[in-house]
Amino acid sequence: MNLTLKIWRQTDADTKGKIVDYKINDVSPDMSFLDMLDMLNEQLNNKGEEPVAFDHDCREGICGSCSLQINGEPHGPDRYITTCQLHMRTFKDGDTIFIEPFRAKAFPVIKDLVVDRSSFDRVQHAGGFISVNTSGNTIDANAIPVKKHDADKAFDAATCIGCGACVAACKNASAMLFVSAKVSQFALLPQGRVEATDRVMNMVRQMDEEGFGNCTNTGACEIECPKGISLENIARMNREYLSASLKG
Amino acid sequence: MATLDSKTPEGHISQKWTNHKNKINLVNPANKRNIDVIVVGTGLAGGSAAATLAELGYNVKAFCFQDSPRRAHSIAAQGGINAAKNYQGDGDSTHRLFYDTVKGGDYRSRESNVYRLAEVSTNIIDQCVAQGVPFAREYGGLLDNRSFGGVLVSRTFYAKGQTGQQLLLGAYSAMNRQIGRGKIKMYNRHEMLDLVIVDGKARGIIARNLVTGAIERHSAHAVVLGTGGYGNVFYLSTNAMGSNVTAAWKIHKKGAYFANPCYTQIHPTCIPVSGDHQSKLTLMSESLRNDGRIWVPAKLEDAKAIREGKLKPTDLKEEDRDYYLERRYPSFGNLVPRDVASRAAKERCDAGFGVNKTGEAVYLDFAAAIQRYGKEQARVKHLDENDAQLVKKLGTEVVANKYGNLFQMYEKIVDQNPYETPMMIYPAVHYTMGGIWVDYNLMTTIEGCYAIGEANFSDHGANRLGASALMQGLADGYFVLPYTIGHYLANDIRTGKISTDLPEFEKAENNVRSQIEHLMNSKGSKTVDHFHKRLGKIMWDKVGMARNEKGLNEAITEIAALRDEFYSDVRVPGTANGLNQELEKATTCC
Ligand SMILES: Cc1cc2nc3c(=O)[nH]c(=O)nc-3n(C[C@H](O)[C@H](O)[C@H](O)COP(=O)(O)OP(=O)(O)OC[C@H]3O[C@@H](n4cnc5c(N)ncnc54)[C@H](O)[C@@H]3O)c2cc1C
Ligand code: SF4
Ligand code: FES
Repeated sequence: MNLTLKIWRQTDADTKGKIVDYKINDVSPDMSFLDMLDMLNEQLNNKGEEPVAFDHDCREGICGSCSLQINGEPHGPDRYITTCQLHMRTFKDGDTIFIEPFRAKAFPVIKDLVVDRSSFDRVQHAGGFISVNTSGNTIDANAIPVKKHDADKAFDAATCIGCGACVAACKNASAMLFVSAKVSQFALLPQGRVEATDRVMNMVRQMDEEGFGNCTNTGACEIECPKGISLENIARMNREYLSASLKG
Repeated sequence: MATLDSKTPEGHISQKWTNHKNKINLVNPANKRNIDVIVVGTGLAGGSAAATLAELGYNVKAFCFQDSPRRAHSIAAQGGINAAKNYQGDGDSTHRLFYDTVKGGDYRSRESNVYRLAEVSTNIIDQCVAQGVPFAREYGGLLDNRSFGGVLVSRTFYAKGQTGQQLLLGAYSAMNRQIGRGKIKMYNRHEMLDLVIVDGKARGIIARNLVTGAIERHSAHAVVLGTGGYGNVFYLSTNAMGSNVTAAWKIHKKGAYFANPCYTQIHPTCIPVSGDHQSKLTLMSESLRNDGRIWVPAKLEDAKAIREGKLKPTDLKEEDRDYYLERRYPSFGNLVPRDVASRAAKERCDAGFGVNKTGEAVYLDFAAAIQRYGKEQARVKHLDENDAQLVKKLGTEVVANKYGNLFQMYEKIVDQNPYETPMMIYPAVHYTMGGIWVDYNLMTTIEGCYAIGEANFSDHGANRLGASALMQGLADGYFVLPYTIGHYLANDIRTGKISTDLPEFEKAENNVRSQIEHLMNSKGSKTVDHFHKRLGKIMWDKVGMARNEKGLNEAITEIAALRDEFYSDVRVPGTANGLNQELEKATTCC
């Protein structure tokens, strides 16, 4: 296939960026989207131009590094996959593809398609843990039975890969889906209940400080989330927050 | 030259760790506040070590090249983690886990280390559950187990196909708690480019800030490497793209010994390469070999016709298929050990029987399993077992239940439906058993420099059993290193801060600077990937699954020539002052 790519190029955080057009030919439908970008980069490099910077690592949908806004959608047109799992057979010969970084005030661009998502880490520093020392001298693992239903729900919430697609999809750039996934994982487990109040207050406070927007329940985040993290988690976090505020 | 002293404690193997812990020096909590430790790598090994060291009171500086510790390569592990809990009451014990691991490693592991690993394995599960890691559970609310290849008990704990992710996020949460308290200073998007040795002791590192390009000096009283394996020297592997061996290589050049680099695990069931454009391979879980039958066409002309797309595998009659594992190893059949299955696939493909465009793929066929399960279900449900369509439908359901997510992953990548046509698989580089040599305390041959997780060599001998790498990473990081390192650091309580103005830091920094300058100024004609691919090809062809003296000697000459060519003809575009992914690739190659 022959394609036209319209790619966001930006030298660094302080320089203004712009869309630049590239033609790429002989793209095989078996290629992954990132294989295609590798091919473009090899060609640019061979022409003495600077390759396009983008984040990636595992290339199998689990590390959450890859983060491209493709034709206006985080991780592109397919559902329940990350950018690195998208294959070129989704596109047609002659297509024009827009490739941009995830956009949000709390995710400043570092270069080209690479953004700084350390705001996500800082929200986790504020409370995304259970305060137990790693001595190994805790109680036997089977001393705390957990209902399978709750354990499964906690697992589903815990599969969030921290990619930020939910934020990029949201017109308010809200991080509610991401934060609620962690709050829910722990809220559903007896081990996590002990600190539930402090956790939700601290994580929400940090989320607001980082400049993420408010949630207006549009649900765009759930649709674009590659791991199918459910809006149910946001509802659970809202309940947790309300009851924590009443106590607080 | 350093002498190799494993420092294995005296006594019966089952007593060594206890005795050792009772004897080693401790650092009192007030003194720990005056001691800095650098941990490079935040995978299962580095992440858990950083968290525990900080909890104990040391000042930790942790480094990773990703944008967050949560993205380390450990995140991709699928199957599970072993522990001798004996929750299933099937006769498991510390000794049995120890024995299985040593036997699985072809008796090449250091037994004292493996025994300790088996001993602390149960603590890992307790620890992770307390941290909120959502392992799979049974309806009664207790933890579930599965069994893995090569063992007779069910001791593998898992979280669907995402065990590595859940364990890493557990270690990440423990780190986050310490980062929040200011006990860990986290350096994301930083790459260690050299080790600094002062008076024979590891006292710091030189790192490049990948965002600003700044070359930074960081000092500490000890340096711990949890930087992963060297699988990516083969270019194509199941490892993450960023996984690289720079850190281990740099300390090797500074005097740390490397052990067993020849032991690379090549996993038989990976999705084959589809063309030259590919840079990364995907693992298909080993569990598929329980039900899939492996075959290639029996006749060369059929293999050729299949490669050219003129013939479909489903058109081939039974007698025209060669179920070569069943033929050669009637008692094990498709369940031969990983290394045997891998070598046999390569042998068939080298002989011209490969079945995809590149000629490097064999079939893994579920048609027989679908039939078998379908008939069984028809009988159980009192339906007509001669109704071919019904049998296929019922059988497909059973297979989908067991392997649905893997089949889906396969279909996304290959665009073929594995329920209708056999899967194609080929062996790929997966894990490296060899690594930096360490003693019982996990110290390398450089004083004060430690190696943990996949980066070291000691626990898996010549072959690693499934579900044991995650166990080793967390054992090293949570329960071994944080204590053994105290024995060494006890001598440093009065040392005071290590100054980064020491001439050793300056020299190391200058070396790194001149290397980067050389790369930027080389302005040659070929990209870094070009060299990496060629290196991978030499490694795969001559240092891969089958090796001989001639090939190995050729590889040495070819790699030396490639190295010279790299230094004279590589091209790194852009500048060194800022994010430059091509430069990152280049620095990991030299
Ligand atoms: C697809 C796949 C599936 C697997 N499944 C299983 C399984 O089911 N069970 C099992 O037991 N094992 C499994 N393994 C093996 C296991 O995942 C790894 O061996 C293990 O996770 C390695 O952990 P680690 O902490 O040693 O290193 P890694 O997780 O590789 O972490 C390395 C860290 O070092 C950092 N780093 C490296 N170099 C530098 C540098 N120069 N400067 C700064 N930072 C650096 C990286 O940023 C990273 O944080 C699997 C492996 C693969 C590839
Ligand atoms: S909630 Fe979904 S979209 Fe948001 S960070 Fe997690 S995985 Fe990504
Ligand atoms: S590169 Fe890891 S999720 Fe895409």
